[in-house]
Amino acid sequence: MAWRGGFAVTVAAPADERLARAGVLRRLLIRPELGAVVGALVVFAFFATQSPVFRSVDGVANWLDPAATLGIMAVAVALLMIGGEFDLSAGVLTGTSGLVLVTLATRYGLNVWLAMAAGLVVALAVGLVNGLVVTRTRLPSFIVTLGTFLMLQGVNLGVTKALTGTVQVSGLARADGYEVARAIFGGTIVIGGTPFRVAILWWIGLTVLATWVLMRTRAGNWIFAVGGNDQAARAVGVPAARVKIGLFMTTAVAAWLVGSMMALRYTSVQANIGIGQEFIYIIAAVIGGCLLTGGYGSAIGAAIGAVIFGMADKGIVFLGWDADWFKFFLGAMLLLATLANRLVRRYAEQVRH
Amino acid sequence: MILETREIGKSFGSVLALRGVSMRVEPGSVTCVLGDNGAGKSTLIKILSGVHRHDSGEYLLDGVPTVLDSPRQALDLGIATVFQDLAMIPLMSVWRNFFLGSEPRRSLGRFDVAAARRIAREELRAMGIDIRDVDQPVGTLSGGERQSVAIARAVYLGAKILILDEPTSALGVKQAGVVLRYIVRARQRGLGVVFITHNPHHAYPVGDRFLLLNRGVSLGEYAKEEIALQELTTLMAGGAELEQLEHELRSQ
Repeated sequence: MAWRGGFAVTVAAPADERLARAGVLRRLLIRPELGAVVGALVVFAFFATQSPVFRSVDGVANWLDPAATLGIMAVAVALLMIGGEFDLSAGVLTGTSGLVLVTLATRYGLNVWLAMAAGLVVALAVGLVNGLVVTRTRLPSFIVTLGTFLMLQGVNLGVTKALTGTVQVSGLARADGYEVARAIFGGTIVIGGTPFRVAILWWIGLTVLATWVLMRTRAGNWIFAVGGNDQAARAVGVPAARVKIGLFMTTAVAAWLVGSMMALRYTSVQANIGIGQEFIYIIAAVIGGCLLTGGYGSAIGAAIGAVIFGMADKGIVFLGWDADWFKFFLGAMLLLATLANRLVRRYAEQVRH
Repeated sequence: MILETREIGKSFGSVLALRGVSMRVEPGSVTCVLGDNGAGKSTLIKILSGVHRHDSGEYLLDGVPTVLDSPRQALDLGIATVFQDLAMIPLMSVWRNFFLGSEPRRSLGRFDVAAARRIAREELRAMGIDIRDVDQPVGTLSGGERQSVAIARAVYLGAKILILDEPTSALGVKQAGVVLRYIVRARQRGLGVVFITHNPHHAYPVGDRFLLLNRGVSLGEYAKEEIALQELTTLMAGGAELEQLEHELRSQ
C-alpha cells in the first residue's frame, strides 16, 4: 500500500479528460443491438406508411404474436451464441416437446400439467446431452446439434406414425387441466380493448430476465467469458463446461415452452413442426448483434431481431404481397444487419485511438 | 506463503518434459525462470498453477506437500497465474475482466456492477496503470496494458504467489519496461512472484533468484549476488554455441 501515493494522483486528471472526449456517441454505438433497432425502425416505417392496418393496435397485436414465439427462442439462442455455441436442434425440439405433451395427455390420459412436466424432462435431457457431448468431446456444437436435430426429426416422425398411423397427434382440448394451461400459455389477454396473445408477455418477461442475467449477474459475466475465450475463462476459475451445459439446457427449456404454447393453442401438433426454424432463431440473434464466433451480443437485440421478423411476416400479408417474398426479405435483412453491426463495431473501435 | 519444489518432474507419455527441478519462491521476492524454447518453462508453471499434476518430486506450500487438482484450487490457495496469451478476454470490458471468476456479489447472486467498476478503476490507478475508461473492451488495450491489468487483478484478488508466463515476450522495449515496473510493485506489496521469460535482460533488473532450465532439467538456481548478467546470458543461451554462431556470422 505504501506506493499508493503520487503516481495515482498524477494520472487521475488526464484520464478523466480523455474519457469525456471519447463521448456519448461511442457509448451508444458500441451497443450490440443498435443495428437491430435501426432495422426495426426502418421496417416499421416501411410497412406502416403503406398499410393502415399494420400500424393500428390490432395490427400491432397481430405481428407481435409471431415475434413473441420466435423471440422467446431467439433470446435463448442468443445467450447460447454469446456463450460460443450453436443449437441446431432447438427448432425440432419445440416439436418434440409439443408431441410429448399431446401424446401423453391424449393417448395415455395424463393431466395436461403432468404431460407438460414430462415434456420438460425430455427437453432438459436433450439439452443436457447436447451440452455434455459438446463440452466432453470438444466437437463443434454445429455438428453435434446437427446430429441431435436429425435424430429428433426421425424420432418425432417415427414415434408419431407408430402411435397414430398419421403424422399428427390431436385432441388436446379434451384432456384434464387443458383450460387453465391454455389460459396461461396459449391464451389471449385484452389490453385496451385489443386481444394480445399471452405469449407476448412471456417473451417480454423472458427478454428482461435474460438481459438481467447477462448484465447484472455472475452467470452473465461467465457467459460472455466462455464465449469470448473459454480457455482464458477456465484459467481464472470459471466453470466453462457447466456454463455451456446450462446454456444448452436453457435453450431446451425455451423450446419446451414454445412447443407447449403452440400445442395448447392449436390442440394438435404436426410431427414435422419446427424444422427449419433453428436457422431463423440464429438469424434473429445475429441481426440483434450476436457474433457467430461468440462472446458478444445481446438478449434485447435478439428480441428486436424477432420483432423485425414478426413485422415482415405479417406486413407482407397486409400489403397483399406473395408470402414467398418473406424469404427474400429475410436474407436481405440478415446481410444488411450483419454489415451494419460490423461497421458500427469498427467505428467504435477506431474512436478509441 | 513460501512455495517450494523439490526435484519435481513431469512426463507426457514417453516424453520427459521436466526432471528434478527444485526452486523456491518467497514473499516479497521475484524468482525468474529462464530458459530457451522447449526448456520446460511452461510445463513448470502449469504444475505450479494447477493445470498439470506433477508425477515425481514434491510441491510444497508453506512446507506442506501439496497436490493441486485444478487452477481453481490454486487460486483458492492464493496462487494466481497470468498466462501469456490468455490473460484477458478481448471483447469484455476492463472491469468485467478484472473481476472474472471472482465477481463481487450482492443478494440473489447479483453481480455488484457498481462496486466492480469503482474498485477496478481505483485499483488500476493505485497500481499506477493509466487506463482511460474501465468500460472499454480489453481488446482495445495494448499488450503491455493487458498484462498490467492482469497483474493488478491478481494483486487485488489477494494472490500471495503471482506466476507470470512470458509477460514481456511479445512487447516492445517501452511496454516491457512498463510491465517490469508492475512486477516490482507486486513484489513491494509482498507477493512472491514467479517471472517466466527467455530474456535475461528483462529478468536481471527485477529478479532476486534465477532458475535456469534447459531441455527439461535445471541448470541451477542462483541468488542475484551469485551471478552476473553476463554469466546468466551465457548460461542460458549455451555460451559456446553463441560464440560459435558469432564466429560463423562474422566470417561470412
